[in-house]
Amino acid sequence: MNNSDYIRRANSAFMTAMTALCTLLAVGALLIILSHIAWQGIGSLNFQFLTDSPRPVGEGGGIGNAIIGSLVLLLLASGIGLPLGICVGVYLSEIGRGRFGGAVRFIVDTLTGIPSIVTGVFVYAILVLPMKHFSALAGGVALALIMVPIVARTTEEMLKLVPHSLREGALALGAPQWRVTLGVVIPAAAPGIATGAMLAIARVSGETAPLLFTAFGSRFFPSSLNEPIASLTVQIYNYAISPYDEWHAQAWAATLVLMTLVLSINIVVRILTRKKF
Amino acid sequence: MSVSHVSLRLLASVCAFAILVASVACNPGGGPAAGGNVSLQGAGATFPNPLYQKWLSEYGKLHTNVKIDYQSIGSGGGIKQIKEQTVDFGASDSPMKDEDLKAAPGEILHVPTVLGAVVITYNLSGVSQALRFSPDVVADIFLGKVTKWNDARIAADNPGVTLAGGNITVVHRSDGSGTSAVFTDYLSKVSAEWKEKVGTGTSPSWPVGLGGKGNEGVTGQVKNTPNTIGYVELAYAVQNKLPVAHIKNSAGSFIEPSIDSVIAAAAASAASMPDDLRVSITNATGAQAYPIASYTYILVYKDQKDQAKGKALVDFLWWGLHDGEAFAKELLYAPLPADIVKRAEAKINSITAGGTPLRQS
Amino acid sequence: MSAVRENEGLAFVGQGSTWRRALSPTGNTGDAVFRVLMLGVALLMVGIVVAMVAALTADSMASIRQFGFGFLTSQRWDPVKGDFGALPFIYGTVASSLIALLISVPFSLGIAIFLVEQAPHYISRPVGFLVELLAAIPSVVYGLWGIFVLAPFLRNYIDPALASAFGWLPLFKGQITGIGLLTGGIILAIMVTPIISAVVRDVLAAVPGSQREAALALGATKWEMIRVVLVNGAPGIAGAVILGLGRALGETMAVTMVIGNRAQISPSLFDPSYTIASAIANEFTEATGDLYLSALVELGLILFLVTFIVNGIARVLVWNVTRKTGGVGRAA
Repeated sequence: MNNSDYIRRANSAFMTAMTALCTLLAVGALLIILSHIAWQGIGSLNFQFLTDSPRPVGEGGGIGNAIIGSLVLLLLASGIGLPLGICVGVYLSEIGRGRFGGAVRFIVDTLTGIPSIVTGVFVYAILVLPMKHFSALAGGVALALIMVPIVARTTEEMLKLVPHSLREGALALGAPQWRVTLGVVIPAAAPGIATGAMLAIARVSGETAPLLFTAFGSRFFPSSLNEPIASLTVQIYNYAISPYDEWHAQAWAATLVLMTLVLSINIVVRILTRKKF
Repeated sequence: MSVSHVSLRLLASVCAFAILVASVACNPGGGPAAGGNVSLQGAGATFPNPLYQKWLSEYGKLHTNVKIDYQSIGSGGGIKQIKEQTVDFGASDSPMKDEDLKAAPGEILHVPTVLGAVVITYNLSGVSQALRFSPDVVADIFLGKVTKWNDARIAADNPGVTLAGGNITVVHRSDGSGTSAVFTDYLSKVSAEWKEKVGTGTSPSWPVGLGGKGNEGVTGQVKNTPNTIGYVELAYAVQNKLPVAHIKNSAGSFIEPSIDSVIAAAAASAASMPDDLRVSITNATGAQAYPIASYTYILVYKDQKDQAKGKALVDFLWWGLHDGEAFAKELLYAPLPADIVKRAEAKINSITAGGTPLRQS
Repeated sequence: MSAVRENEGLAFVGQGSTWRRALSPTGNTGDAVFRVLMLGVALLMVGIVVAMVAALTADSMASIRQFGFGFLTSQRWDPVKGDFGALPFIYGTVASSLIALLISVPFSLGIAIFLVEQAPHYISRPVGFLVELLAAIPSVVYGLWGIFVLAPFLRNYIDPALASAFGWLPLFKGQITGIGLLTGGIILAIMVTPIISAVVRDVLAAVPGSQREAALALGATKWEMIRVVLVNGAPGIAGAVILGLGRALGETMAVTMVIGNRAQISPSLFDPSYTIASAIANEFTEATGDLYLSALVELGLILFLVTFIVNGIARVLVWNVTRKTGGVGRAA
């Protein structure tokens, strides 16, 4: 071994250490933030907090309606946004080629950069104003619009990473393109698509601004998709900007609940899409 | 093999969740449903939100068939939504402007509910007692002309207090807010230069300073950054144990912001209150009046479209003006003086549905 | 031709009709339906974006008529006097996102590389979860944490260190309050890291093992092998960065709480700044008056344009990189 070999090896070891350091810092940042949230909010977590609806300051109250509201909104948004996003991703990867596909990809990319508040205002203009009231439906649509570009782009990238040999093998066996895509390519990329879905769900579960214009917020448990609905983020926001320590503690506790929610959805989706072979 | 497993399992879970959503969605929503239930939606100012939440909760206990909701989205939001008729009542700290009233599809009434104070708070090491400021000093600090804490003019107002020599960092609101509107209204009255350079508004162009989002943002920045000065609603300063400045009023005394001094400001201007109850009470006359105080209003259409909703609304407003005021002081709001309550009652009595008044007074 | 490719049970639909062939090269009806469906959805999204741009443009006409191109170069933002200009916001948006990416991309790459190439399975799964968990924290919580923890920390330790070491650069001059462009950029970096690292992880994991083995067989060290993998995954990594950039450009709540919200252009990283998204979030609900609203909407439109341009530049860069490497990595 000569000198340059030692240098290359040292370089490699150094970079290994650097990447480990990056990960450590990221996990460290998360732990710092999480512990701050937990320290501030754990005191308020109890059964009543999780099932009760909000009460005026000084009377306790809880986020039960906000939890249900957030779940409903996430389901609505996923129900609209995931299929649309995956379809667009499939189009971009499997079908759309050349100029038009490139243009569509470009436009979807721009959609990722729109501030969520602009999306919220747009949905306000096309859904809330004509209906003359705020609604959970409008909130779901706004969140779905935010989800679609994220899901579309990650789906496209993951589908493109599936080796061509898989496609060619299926085609050679006589399957039409749609069966190849639905039956072979998408399942092969399923964990990656799930990542995109999870990122999108995590992203919209933390959104506040668009909901302020569409789903609005409510003190009550939801009874209809056609009425304003509470959500954890709006509730956290309202409590966090209030002057009362009691409400601040509730905001932190609600954040813990929100993150647990997202983590559980994450785990469930990962279990459902893990490869069995 | 993975094909059918993955897709079947996904399909099953999606169906399960869809059932959940459907069960929530099976009610047609909005407006009076069977059984005499009435739903009202309100939105607007953040400042009175804690009090309104208390009102709604207490009123809901007395009238279980009335579901009233209030979301604090800001005074401007309240004005916008009532104009668009997406809510049944709005709320705003500063009264609506003439052009907004003209643009609305119907006549909108201003019903005052409580009073609040905008206080000057600061973070200055070594100073634990309340500092005193004259109005021109306040204006010049926010104009950026007074830049050091140990400026001669500040020292003149505070004899015997050792002021450190640091730079003053101004903190103002970055978002549009009724609090800013009230504060700039006051500054415009006490400083001609402010009036000309900046003016009054919910989002003025601040000559200097950092912008914090919401009362909470300003409070946070002042609390965590030394040598800062900012303006917030009284409740935020008290709840966060921040020092509160005494301001010299037009009568020449340094007044501490408190419920009583705010009521004094309102009482002093009660006589000259215009017919539509839209008034600014900053820099009020009166020996004990705190100079930066304001009403907060609920905005309703004079002619209600829906009979049942209109009746529920006027009943709630009436309750708020009488029984609701009892909850104000403990939440650090100043209740309305008696003669203002009378004027507000008259407004509520004038609300009609299809021409007939909703309240038989 | 059509004898080889059979329709599955839809023989009654005449074979070989020209429009069906145009829709699907295979002549298969299922394919045609599939392609039309996918195309339809893609067009729907394009339609929505076009509708958004149209709505934004329509609502900003009043402001466009009033200020014209001067809007892009004016530095004044005065709602009371009705004088509006977008330049400070454009600067703040681009600068904060740039800082965020400069900090976040190396970190995200490092994390992804570590988790995919270096860490054993029992570490990479849970740690991967944890990093993704950063994406689940609501932005308003990031903002609060920023005001109460990050800003004081920066003000007391990091900023003075930077000022003493690099104070001769205009980047690090000025008063240190902990609230400003740098803090905003750092918060954005933390928010964007989980997105970029998660996608890059999947991209790296999908690079065929044969590439790695080939590099190692040729005598490469671990790090040199990783470099080969990175080049392989370059387009995917670029896509990840664009996703992250999208988040950074549009982030509202967290940034607005720590960036100082002052519409000014200042070379110093310690000075407060203002992003387009923050401005819209701060002022939209309170904006009454047509010109004011219209100016805010025009800001939103400009953000659209900024995203367009930035994406275009990124695309050109990626095209250059993949052109040089010859697009290796799609091997069977």
